[in-house]
Order: sequence, then C-alpha cells, then structure tokens
Amino acid sequence: MSIRERLSGNEAVAYAMRQINPDVMGAFPITPSTEIPQYFAQYVADGLVDTEYVTVESEHSSMSTCIGAQAAGGRAVTATSSCGLALMFELLYVASSCRLPITLACVNRALSGPININNDHSDSMGARDAGWIQIYAETNQEAYDNFLQAMPIGENPAVRLPVMICQDGFITSHGVENIELLEDDKAKAFVGEYNPEHFLLKHENPLAVGPYDVTHYYMEHKIQQAEAMKAAKPVILQVAAEFEKLTGRKYGFFEAYRMEDAETALVLIGSSAGTARATVDKLRAEGKKVGMVKLRVFRPFPMEELAAALQHCKAVAVLDKAESFSAAGGPLFAETRSALYDLDSRPKAINYVYGLGGRDFTVDVAEYIFGQLDEIVTTGNTGEVYRHIGQREV
Amino acid sequence: MKNTNKPVEIRWHGRGGQGAKTACLLLADAAFSSGKYVQGFPEYGPERMGAPITAYNRISDERCPVHSNIYEPDYVVVVDETLLGAVDVTKGLSQDGAIIVNTSKTPEEVRPLLGGYNGKVCTIDARRISEETLGKNFPNTPMLAAAVKVSGVVEAEKFVSDMEASFHHKFAHKPQVITGNMAALTKSMKEVQVG
Repeated sequence: MSIRERLSGNEAVAYAMRQINPDVMGAFPITPSTEIPQYFAQYVADGLVDTEYVTVESEHSSMSTCIGAQAAGGRAVTATSSCGLALMFELLYVASSCRLPITLACVNRALSGPININNDHSDSMGARDAGWIQIYAETNQEAYDNFLQAMPIGENPAVRLPVMICQDGFITSHGVENIELLEDDKAKAFVGEYNPEHFLLKHENPLAVGPYDVTHYYMEHKIQQAEAMKAAKPVILQVAAEFEKLTGRKYGFFEAYRMEDAETALVLIGSSAGTARATVDKLRAEGKKVGMVKLRVFRPFPMEELAAALQHCKAVAVLDKAESFSAAGGPLFAETRSALYDLDSRPKAINYVYGLGGRDFTVDVAEYIFGQLDEIVTTGNTGEVYRHIGQREV
Repeated sequence: MKNTNKPVEIRWHGRGGQGAKTACLLLADAAFSSGKYVQGFPEYGPERMGAPITAYNRISDERCPVHSNIYEPDYVVVVDETLLGAVDVTKGLSQDGAIIVNTSKTPEEVRPLLGGYNGKVCTIDARRISEETLGKNFPNTPMLAAAVKVSGVVEAEKFVSDMEASFHHKFAHKPQVITGNMAALTKSMKEVQVG
C-alpha cells in the first residue's frame, strides 16, 4: 500500500531525495527551490541519510560539486531555479558532455530581468540545448514520480546523461496537495544502485575527465552525445512502464487527453495542463471536440509521437511559458510546428506565449484560446501565428 | 455535465507575518485528514511584513486539476480588518457564500464596509480570543476555526479532534501551548457571529 499524504512539490522532491539517499548534494538556495536543500539538510541532520551535504557559495559551485562527485563514481543531486540555473550554464554543458547522470531538481522561475520570483519556463527553456534530459511535472505527484524515474533513465548505460526534473515554481513547489508516496524500500529498490563502468576513483583503470578535445575528435564526441539523447527515448518509456507496474500511475512522453476525435487542441507544459484539462472537460460537456496534449518530456523531443497525436486535429494552439525573442514564437511552438511538417496533411498551428513571471493561466484564458481555434477552423485563416495572451491589453 | 466535483473555494486575505498562509495550510491539513482532496497555496509577491497577502484553498471529493488562483470564491476570510477598504475583499465572492472578518464589530457594523455584498457576513474577535487563550495576538488558530465552522468543509467534531492530535504532534516540545490553542479553537467556533 502506498502512503497517503499531503505535501508541497518541494517537500515531495526532498522526500524522494531522502528515499534515494544520494552520495552527494551540492546545496545553494534560491527562491523557489530553497526548501529542497532546506528539507534535505534536516534529513542529513537527523541522520536519515548519509549524503555528503556540500554547502557552496554559488550555483556554479553546486553544479561543479555534482560534476566532481559524479565523475568520482558517486550519485549527485542538486536543486535550483532561475538565475541559479543560469549561473550553472557552463557546467550544465560540462556535466552532459562528460556523460555524468546528475539529477537536478529545477523549480521553474522567471529569469531576470526585470527581477521576478514567480513561475515561467524561461530558465529551463534557456538550458534546452545543454544536453540534459528534461522532464516536466503538472503536480506535486508528478514531480515526485519523475524524480524517482530520473536516475534509472539517466544512469542507463545506453544513455548516461544528466536529468533535469522540472516543476512550476510556487504553483506546484509551494502548493500543498494530496500525494501518494512509495514506501522507502520500494522507492529504493526502484531507483536501484549506481554502478558506473568508469569513474575517477577506479584505481585499476585511471582516466581523465573533461580534458581538451581536439578538432579531430570533438565532433565525434558530440555525435555520441546526440545519439545518447536519441537512445534515451526507449529508456524513458521502459522506466515509465516499470514505474506503472509499481504504482499504477502511467507516464509517457506526453499525456494525450481526449485527443481521439479532437478537432482542436492545446499543447502545453506543466501545471497549466490541469487547468487546460478542466477546460477540455467543460467544453466537451457542451459537445465540442477539444483535447489537450501535456508534454512531459521536452528533451529528448518526441517529434514523431507528438505529430501522430496531433495529426487528426484541424487547428492546434501551442502554449509557451517562455519568451524566446525569436520574433517567430516560443521554443515549444517551434519544435511542435516542425514536428507537424512531415505529416501529409497537418493541422493549422498558432502559438501563444503566456504565464510570464507568474501571470495566471485560467479556465477563461484556455476557453478563449479554444474559441480562437474555432475561428481558424471556420474561416480557414490562421491570422497572426505568434501571439501573447494574458497581458493587460487583452 | 455532472458538477459533483465542484470544489469549495476559499480565499484568505491577511498581512505578511500574521499567519494567513499558515491558517490556509492548516485548513488544507484539516480537510486532508477528513479524507478530502485539498489545495492550499499562497500567492507570492515581493513579501514584506505588513503587506497585504492572499492565500487560497480548494477542497473537493476528487483531485481538482485547476491550478489557477481563485477569482470567484465561496468563502473569504479576512485576518486583518484594516484590509477592508484597502483591498476589494468581496471581489467575485459568491452571494451564496460568506465572508468572515476578524473584528470586534458585529456583522451589522461590518456589512456597510463590504461594498454592497449581500451574502452572509460573519465576524469573530480573533484578536481578543487569541490574547485570552494564548496570551498574544496569533489570530490564525481562531480564524481557522471560524472558517471551518462557517464553511462546514470539515465536520466540526472531527476537526477539533484532528487539530488536537496535530497540536500534540507539532508542539511535542512545547506542550504548554496545546491547551491554549485548543481553547482558542473551541472558543472561536462558539463565538463566531453570523449575520
């Protein structure tokens, strides 16, 4: 039997970390992820874990700590948000190119400036090309479940990549909701032990980690890294299937909600998906054929699978909680629309950038967007493709 | 569509440092203990002591998927009466619901300050109760009890026994405050005035 509890998203992730008992945590606080190292420090002080808790002076150092620890053969975790993730930027690339399966709890918060503590996805979306697997949560439950799945995915010998487990700052991280937790022994058994093939402290096979790579070899190494990201796709599904056996909770690259006969749909990431789901139910009750795709895995990007889920739609709106200043739409839109290109007949697609700096996403907003999609279906005119919603003028 | 899972939605208004967020999370705890699905979440901004803050609860029989703020609450709890007039506390409040204000005034005296709100107006002197039972102005325990009494989201007897267990757990090292908190709770449930 699972444990019925009520926890915030931050508590849930700290709880998962305690169950995993990693070798090292690189700890540096930043709102709204601060509670994760804070709760974990209590576990360390209470002797519930034997993790080496390394307090550092910056996120640059917390990620460096994780890189050193993981290269030495240990399991390392950290948590951060916003500018903290930005300060790690260089090290994120070092971690992934050294093929070190570190796990990072990213509590999504807007990047400066202007400075803002509330939720959007500009931090992790800014790190989308860093070579990390990125998995996003809608709820505290998903943040917990995803964290337990991170190491079995990242540490798989076919993958060996670091994993970023993202949840929405404050909305999920500080919101208390019901949750089902695994017993410690089951969580531990699911995550398993980390047995790397090569590591710094393996004296019979000395190696260097992170040396200069000459032009003759650099490209080959980057291709291996790209292949690892492709190889992560089946592993993610395999780990999700094992997790479902254990908990009954089903995960994939995304959740396709009432999509079988949907004519219009929203594609989005994170806690807003719950609000979108409630909107779909409301409109379905009025007889409208609407659906929703909640993307869980952004890296690797499930291009073919997403295209297949959307191919029957007449029009879709892709919602980005990040402004990438491309002058052509947000990152999720760019990749989703690219995924649709290979279809013989494809839905019309528009982009809404929404929710920046904590701007609320409501059922009314979701309903308005479905109305706009209806108009596109009726008139056949897409109109302006790159739009914003929720700002004061609207 | 069947509307059985319409959650009870509660909005808390307080000032930073008064414990409105804590009261909101305690209500989530109490409803959780009685078998409900809960959401308890504060709205964060540039926080400082004394600045107006908002916190929210959704309480339902099934998990509520919506993660937006609450714009049309069933109940509003005002932890600091100086917010009346400074913040539009009845904005969107259901006329079938109620507002609960921490004040020494009667519901009749408070109603004119509520911008024409026609629903139930409830008052509770949480400051006095807190000072009498806890020796200090900690309004959140009496406000929580008044919110439970008026909204009925948790059955009263079950609430009292759950809270007692929770206080015993929380204040294991400070048993002297348990009696005071329990007294604040029961006194508030008795004294809340419904107008």
